[in-house]
Amino acid sequence: MIRVDDLSVNYGAVRALRNVNLEATPGKVTAVLGANGAGKTTLLRAISGLVTPHSGAIFLGGEPLARVATENISRMGVAHVPEGRGVIEELTVEENLRLGALASKVNIAEGLEAQYAQFPVLGDRRRKYCGTLSGGERQMLAMARALIAQPKVLLLDEPSLGLAPQVTAELMKTILSLCESKSLTVILVEQNAKGALRISHDAVVLHLGKVVASGSAAEIAADEDLRRYYLGLVEE
Amino acid sequence: MSSFLTSSLMNNIFGGLAQGVIYSLVALSLVIIWQSTHVLNFAQGAMAMFATYVGMTQIDRGLNYWWCVVLSVCVGMLFGGATERVLIRPLYGKPEINPIVVMVGFLGVIEAVTTGIWTSTSRNIAAPFSQIYFKSGGKLVLLSPFIIFQIILAVAIMMLVALLFRYTRLGLQLRASALAPEVARLLGVRVNRMLTIGWMLSAGVGSIAAVILASGSFGLFPTNMDGVFVAGFIAAAVGGLDSPVGAIAGGLIIGLTEQFVLAYWSPSVAPLGGMIVLVAVLMVRPHGIFTKSVSRRV
Repeated sequence: MIRVDDLSVNYGAVRALRNVNLEATPGKVTAVLGANGAGKTTLLRAISGLVTPHSGAIFLGGEPLARVATENISRMGVAHVPEGRGVIEELTVEENLRLGALASKVNIAEGLEAQYAQFPVLGDRRRKYCGTLSGGERQMLAMARALIAQPKVLLLDEPSLGLAPQVTAELMKTILSLCESKSLTVILVEQNAKGALRISHDAVVLHLGKVVASGSAAEIAADEDLRRYYLGLVEE
Repeated sequence: MSSFLTSSLMNNIFGGLAQGVIYSLVALSLVIIWQSTHVLNFAQGAMAMFATYVGMTQIDRGLNYWWCVVLSVCVGMLFGGATERVLIRPLYGKPEINPIVVMVGFLGVIEAVTTGIWTSTSRNIAAPFSQIYFKSGGKLVLLSPFIIFQIILAVAIMMLVALLFRYTRLGLQLRASALAPEVARLLGVRVNRMLTIGWMLSAGVGSIAAVILASGSFGLFPTNMDGVFVAGFIAAAVGGLDSPVGAIAGGLIIGLTEQFVLAYWSPSVAPLGGMIVLVAVLMVRPHGIFTKSVSRRV
């Protein structure tokens, strides 16, 4: 479980996050929604230790994460698929996957087999350099690389970015089924609020670094003001 | 066959390869550091020379040649790791000129300290291989047991480095740390440790080049790596600073060019050959022969 208490992050004079609170629980997808510049990516980067909080605390199952080095947070079971997917183009598919497993205690051969079973297209392309993959394949690889270490928490930053609607729908279904079957704590940052709310259990809406609403995904989806003013889900 | 081996063409090729493999090793050591930390280590040659002094002067105390080689490489690696931790790490994220200035200054310090400890007189390091050229049909072949050892050792080191980077867990982590440090951190790779190991490996490879050079006919003296460093640097630029294969090819190209200029033009202008190749290559391929072209979003 991830708990964020009163978290504030500053970039120089800019206050990127202001007293943000969030709780994400195992087996549930928690969506973090909001427009560009709302602070969604910063929230994930703070959880992963890529940015240092100005104040507040982050806990992973009771253990404080603030000021723990990023690589150690990863080794504690937090997998972060960054915006743009972070696939290393100069490495092959299999090398990217191996890299995901190196710091964990999983058996690499078994881990690879499990990921190729989950994402068969990756098995077909295991020797290909990642620069040759399509956007959808890269997203699958980024997910598989995060999952191979058998994390407790999965942080996904805009996984639908640049994907065709059909591919996005498939991806969202995969995220939900992985979350439920592996009892993963998933924090899903998305601009595609509609798609994200469809598979999420809980949701938090950020605006200019502040939480303007939080609750169950169904409640958020039903709130007409939130839909209109913060999520851009206006249906004329 | 014998007349072919003793022909001036073949002799120049042997001479060029012997020199070229040393340049290749220096270029490879520069590329390893460039790839992992984007620092051009201008003190690379001097660091290797210092490690060679520490290791190879133990022959005076009765230590076997091979143990001295191992000691030189170990000292070189420790020196490289310590340099990264103490001098370079505080400079990450600072302007690119800062580490260059620091390492140029460090080069001067190392050479001065070496001269202070061991004087500037050249020392002969007796390699366990003859340096007398073979003969074929009464004519000289410009190959000696030492030159063959030099080429085999250099090729073996290059292959070991290639295998390490390509097929080991450490190599994969080193490549990832160099290519995408933030992503590597997110995957649990201890990137800072990898950068230190990168410097250690680089310094170890550089030390092998210095040991080979010191065991040759010029011996060991505080500035003996200066000229080799310049040629190795040119080789790395010709091959492409991002390409280990390019470093090796660049070293051989520069070694052979210098040898042919020496033979067919004049010994005094031999180093000019490398410069001419450098200018010609950079005019056609500004990032070096083996570097993939870089695209930039505008």
